[in-house]
Amino acid sequence: MTTAVESEKGGLAGYLTAEVSRSPTQASLQRLYFGCRRFAQNPLAMIGFTILMVLLLIAIFAPWIAPYPMNEQNLQTRLLPPSGDHFFGTDELGRDIFSRVVYGSRITLQITTLVAVIAAPIGLIMGTTSGYFGGWTDTILMRITDIFLSFPPLILALGFVAALGPGIRNAVIAIALTVWPPIARLARAETLTVRSSDYIAAIRAQGAPAWRIVVKHVMPMCLSSVIIRITLNMAGIILTAAALGFLGLGAQPPMPEWGAMLSTGRQYLLGSWFLAASPGLAILVVSLAFNLFGDGLRDVLDPRDE
Amino acid sequence: MAVTDVSRKAAAQSKLPSWVWDAWRIGSSAIVTLLGLLALTFFMGRMLPIDPVIAIVGEQADASTYDMVYKQLGLDKPLYVQFGYFMRDMLSGNFGNALFTGNKVSDDLMRVFPATIELATIAITIGVSVGVPIGVLAAVYRGSPIDHLARILGLLGYSTPTFWLGLMGLVLFYAVLGWVGGPGRLDVFYIDIVDRRTGMLLVDAAIAGEWEVWQNAFSHIVLPASILSFASMAFISRLTRSFMLAQLSQEYILAARVKGLSKWKVIRKHAFRNIAVQLVTVISLAYVILLEGAVVTETVFAWPGFGRYLVSGLLAGDMNAVLACVLIVGTLFITINLICDLLYRILDPRTR
Repeated sequence: MTTAVESEKGGLAGYLTAEVSRSPTQASLQRLYFGCRRFAQNPLAMIGFTILMVLLLIAIFAPWIAPYPMNEQNLQTRLLPPSGDHFFGTDELGRDIFSRVVYGSRITLQITTLVAVIAAPIGLIMGTTSGYFGGWTDTILMRITDIFLSFPPLILALGFVAALGPGIRNAVIAIALTVWPPIARLARAETLTVRSSDYIAAIRAQGAPAWRIVVKHVMPMCLSSVIIRITLNMAGIILTAAALGFLGLGAQPPMPEWGAMLSTGRQYLLGSWFLAASPGLAILVVSLAFNLFGDGLRDVLDPRDE
Repeated sequence: MAVTDVSRKAAAQSKLPSWVWDAWRIGSSAIVTLLGLLALTFFMGRMLPIDPVIAIVGEQADASTYDMVYKQLGLDKPLYVQFGYFMRDMLSGNFGNALFTGNKVSDDLMRVFPATIELATIAITIGVSVGVPIGVLAAVYRGSPIDHLARILGLLGYSTPTFWLGLMGLVLFYAVLGWVGGPGRLDVFYIDIVDRRTGMLLVDAAIAGEWEVWQNAFSHIVLPASILSFASMAFISRLTRSFMLAQLSQEYILAARVKGLSKWKVIRKHAFRNIAVQLVTVISLAYVILLEGAVVTETVFAWPGFGRYLVSGLLAGDMNAVLACVLIVGTLFITINLICDLLYRILDPRTR
């Protein structure tokens, strides 16, 4: 009784730190709380998290943050170096680079989200199916996965872009096709550990069809590790997308995609270095943030490394 | 390893040594993957929205020319026959003609590959000679400023877009400081002085004894190679650190120290020897991954190598060139993985 009284006194904090949890909800909330605390103690991870939150806010409020419209041309103010009026200078058509970098954050977030949304389900379905059914299904599906894994990601993405044609939509598809194989491997490994457990045997004994077991009882168990994996892959996704943009095969001008901006910046490099400097720095900061965030997340959820 | 277990069982039944089974299993799975690779590139070629016949004969060609080329390309045959032709061509190194250069793709590749090999070899040398010591130091002085520095360096290596680093490097070291040569492999007035033997300029210039050319070539390669090595440096140092940490916590290290060997002697003679095999695997993988980095680095530095060829092929919509490049990188990747796998089993008695 005393603990209950104390926890009522402590309100939310008491509820979250109680020695004995009284309900499954409380238990999982407690786990989340301690995970967050552990995460917050890791300064690098917090830096990453903060940068990503700032990026999200910038993307949402882009029209209010950017001092100029992203495609407003002014040929009288072209190739101006950074100044109070134009923080990052102006490009070859007199557009404000700062405003374009701000709007570019939207494209970067869109690409990463879309890739994650496409690749995660493919990897999850391939991996769980392969792991649950085993035998020939497993051999064939994993062989397909191996084939995709036998290319460096950018080369594979280039191959698909060549087949599908350049453009941001095809770049997203091409990158997603390179991201799913490691996820499938992971989901398969998780499924193998779950497959022989008693609760699966119980469901099977009740006569549930295989697809139902896979979708309702195996997939949820793999979900958390798949999410971590995708987060850790985000930096790679951003770099690949930017590389495609830079090579002229991803987002096309006048879209303010950072990689594509670098590509134009390259033509004016020696006279006006600032054209290329800020979009590249933006790519670096965001992919660094994802790496820091992912590292922190892994430390929290997988403390074996310590 | 599951493969080893299965091989042991099979070997026990057939009286063959287990490494024969290992080699067979690994080899056959590599062949299946290679076939898959061919199938994947074949379908990439078929996905193309452009009509391959029109790409060759042009829009104005009459119907009979069109039909002739259509039949020449084997497009009237069923898909599996076409795949058979495709396999035969690819395996015999007949990649067709590159429309954007007018040469055979195989000739083009022979021409551009040495430039990339030269670049990648210097890059991996830099990556290893910086990455391995950093990794070892970070493991030995775990938690010290060196370790943190190594971690930050690693994070930067994983997060920095190489093309941006290359552009900024050009501005700083070429345009502002003038320490290195600009884009390309040589300054204009040094071009075509040395005869082409290996295609690797540093080697060719050394053979010809043209040291002025050698110096110029070196000043051109040093920046792209350093930039290219950056990501592999991070990769190598991070893995060296974790391999080394695993060794340093073993009891034999403590035993050697108790016997009175100095700290660095134990690290050099005992711990490092044990991670050498793993390191070889990592370094050869890093070498293939450099080919990926080369695609963007070569574009930045106008380096006439494999990566730039692939990108030019892509921008020209030349499927023959692109597929050949993709296929070659995939094959290299599989081969190096295969060699590493076999080497691992031969050099490390614990895997037997």
